[in-house]
Amino acid sequence: MNQLASLFKSNMRKNGMIIALVFIMVLFQILTGGILFRSMNVNNLILQNAYVLILATGMLLCILTGNIDLSVGSVVAFVGAVGAIMMVDWGMPVGLTIFLALLIGIAIGAFHGYFIAYMRIPAFIVTLAGMLIWRGLTMVILNGQTKAPFEKSFQALAAGYLPGREIRIGQFNTLAIVLGLAVSIIFIVSLLKSRRDKVKYNFEVPPFWAELMKIALIVLAINALAFSLANYNGVPIVLILLAFLILLYTFITQKTIFGRHIYALGGNEKAAMLSGVKTQRVMFLVYTNMGLLSALAGIVVAGRLNAATPKAGVNFELDAIASCFIGGASASGGIGTIMGAIIGGLVMGVLNNGMSIMGVGVDWQQAIKGLVLLLAVVFDVSTKKKGLGN
Amino acid sequence: MGNTILEMRDITKEFSGVKALNGVSLTVEDDEIHALVGENGAGKSTLMNVLSGVYPHGTYGGAILFKDRECSFKDIKDSEKQGIVIIHQELALIPYLSIAENIFLGNEVHHGGVIDWNKSIDKAAGLLRKVGLEENPTTLIGNIGVGKQQLVEIAKALSKDVKLLILDEPTAALNDEESQKLLKLLIDLKSHGVTSILISHKLNEVEQVADHITVIRDGQVIDTLTRGQDSFHEDQIIKSMVGREITDRWPERDTVIGDEVFRVEDWTVYHPQQDDRKVVNRASFNIRAGEVVGFAGLMGAGRTELAMSLFGKSYGRNHSGKVYKNGKEIALNTVNQSIEEGVVYLTEDRKNYGLVLINDIKTNICLPNLRKISDKGILNLNEEIVKADDFRKKLALRCSGLNQNVENLSGGNQQKVVLSKWLMSEPDVLLLDEPTRGIDVGAKYEIYTIINQLAAQGKAVLMISSELPELLGMCDRIYVINEGEVAGCLNRKEASQESIMKTIMTHQKEIKARKSL
Repeated sequence: MNQLASLFKSNMRKNGMIIALVFIMVLFQILTGGILFRSMNVNNLILQNAYVLILATGMLLCILTGNIDLSVGSVVAFVGAVGAIMMVDWGMPVGLTIFLALLIGIAIGAFHGYFIAYMRIPAFIVTLAGMLIWRGLTMVILNGQTKAPFEKSFQALAAGYLPGREIRIGQFNTLAIVLGLAVSIIFIVSLLKSRRDKVKYNFEVPPFWAELMKIALIVLAINALAFSLANYNGVPIVLILLAFLILLYTFITQKTIFGRHIYALGGNEKAAMLSGVKTQRVMFLVYTNMGLLSALAGIVVAGRLNAATPKAGVNFELDAIASCFIGGASASGGIGTIMGAIIGGLVMGVLNNGMSIMGVGVDWQQAIKGLVLLLAVVFDVSTKKKGLGN
Repeated sequence: MGNTILEMRDITKEFSGVKALNGVSLTVEDDEIHALVGENGAGKSTLMNVLSGVYPHGTYGGAILFKDRECSFKDIKDSEKQGIVIIHQELALIPYLSIAENIFLGNEVHHGGVIDWNKSIDKAAGLLRKVGLEENPTTLIGNIGVGKQQLVEIAKALSKDVKLLILDEPTAALNDEESQKLLKLLIDLKSHGVTSILISHKLNEVEQVADHITVIRDGQVIDTLTRGQDSFHEDQIIKSMVGREITDRWPERDTVIGDEVFRVEDWTVYHPQQDDRKVVNRASFNIRAGEVVGFAGLMGAGRTELAMSLFGKSYGRNHSGKVYKNGKEIALNTVNQSIEEGVVYLTEDRKNYGLVLINDIKTNICLPNLRKISDKGILNLNEEIVKADDFRKKLALRCSGLNQNVENLSGGNQQKVVLSKWLMSEPDVLLLDEPTRGIDVGAKYEIYTIINQLAAQGKAVLMISSELPELLGMCDRIYVINEGEVAGCLNRKEASQESIMKTIMTHQKEIKARKSL
């Protein structure tokens, strides 16, 4: 039991946010009288928050460099608007539109990145300018009006489900359950493989029962989600997209040279430079990537609304930034994880959703979200200080 | 003989167990210029910080008597009230404020909190006349040169009704003409009742203006010379400054010198901002296999700039000159290229340039060597631990584990991490800039041992150090660097603290002669 306590303590910072998320979920499950975890609502939670999580993924990289990107909300609107014009006015096919929209996102990101990395203009200023530029241009090309509707296949990315809805076991969607089991098995195998590698290197590994407990908890969570989705419409396509992005960016940040270079750049730019990190190029790529992910979020948002509007994406940048900070990223750079940012985003999402179900007004929702952001960072800072004391 | 204005009695100051000052007594007379000389780290600045209240009363031992009254300053403001003003080496002026605003900063001419600008500017103009500076008081500080800024600092001191002016290396950044102007001003102030304490490395200037010279070494007063009674000859002063017994503070090494590994020819580098200023001027030197070569020189001589500009052109602009390794010309245009060619640079400022303090030991060690632990850009995190652990053992790194953040390590262990990081890249040429700065004696010995091992492996080692005894103890050859030029090269037999200082002085005269042509 002592061992468990010490294991828990040493991972306090890492697990703190997960515990906070679980606490908030349980709290709202009770406060909403069980509505929060209803299949339909779980499904809604995913669809509602997909865009924040996509943006938070890219924003985390920006924050790791010690900067932020204020332009993402406007880029979301701009890309959505351009896509809408391509499809609605010019009748371009959906696939080509998505491809070109992503390219535009990359170009916008590279545009910001050029000024930030090579001209050394503070990111705050460049992206503040971007925020105004792209919002303004959105209104120009849309003439201040909403453009709609889109083809079904374009909406599918944001609001569609994996096929096979008719194949059911009882009331449950078979594909969702099979996917849940498959993901569980992949997770168990990869965890055991990484453990075996460590043993091969003669490294210390956590006790086996602790690993088993971790496996049990995570497999339970995966399958609970799968069953919940199976009970409704099945697996949303956007969830697959999200899972792919989370895995990809976790891999990039944790297991690649490029990821290491981002952390080093944010931790100490001069030392990174003198260690052979091409700091300007890393900075440029981080912002280019933010442009790409903003465009992706733009497509998802347009698809979900089934319209491009001049007001799309307002304040999205703030949601994404808040997600990263709630998830333990450091404002001065060099500290933070993709998983943290995602959990931060989910905390915000559950708060929004839960309070909406309870009928709390938007005014109060904002105030409460602000307080949660402040509290989360205070908690983070105070645990860091304690960590130093040890 | 005048009256005594200041008497410091038996001043002792410790920094975490190390005595920076050990029973220093200093007597300064009314209306004199009292020079304070000594090597880097001898304790001159510490003594002046004690005097001016930077280290408040109670944090040091001994007594300070100013105008026959015992003083217990809590801070700089306290000492300034008594008329003691210190001007630090790094000027404390704000570039975006005007001369007048800077002079009266923190001491504004006001009525009930509202500044009287007309009066301020008028008063400032008067002070500028006193120090002989012909500038409009409304000119921004950033628009005038360092020499003039120095004069503004003195005007600022005068505005505080200064009785005792302390100047820490005031001429370090000035050219000859500006220096002379400043020294004349000090003599002029002397006749107007302002006593000065002058800390300087430039012995010829000290010789020129000082009434007394106090030599400090290892936190103790070695000698006090009086004009008219004692010889002010440079040799005399140098001997007092450096005459320390050299005992076996350096591990033994059997030098086996091989072929030339690294050669630099006519290396010239310009200042990153000032277009026409050469920071390194046609420097040439070489290092052979198994050899430890030293760079000696005063602060600001251009040693760091020379080494750093070689390492992937990390310093300066418009680099020219040639670099050879094993007889073949090589290009070191980027840091990565340097690392690949086996030429690495260990910074003198490990916290700002050497380490990512918020990262752990293994991450820091592997940062320049990620290719060694990866395949197609994908890291093997287990291999990272193995490699880092290897260096932890080899260099006897004392830490709680490889996951410990480097900011929580001691200076010596931090330096071992930086060393590990470069050793992992398997270099042939190591440019070590102040490798023992700010670490304790025991750790120094360990670093020396590592350097000797590297030399024994046949690597070419360059060591930059401001501690002459360390260079003399460690190096097979010492290049003397002055004003960005190689002033001379001394082999082990020729090298001594006196001969190094002498080389610098001779070279300074040479430069002066060259300029006056």
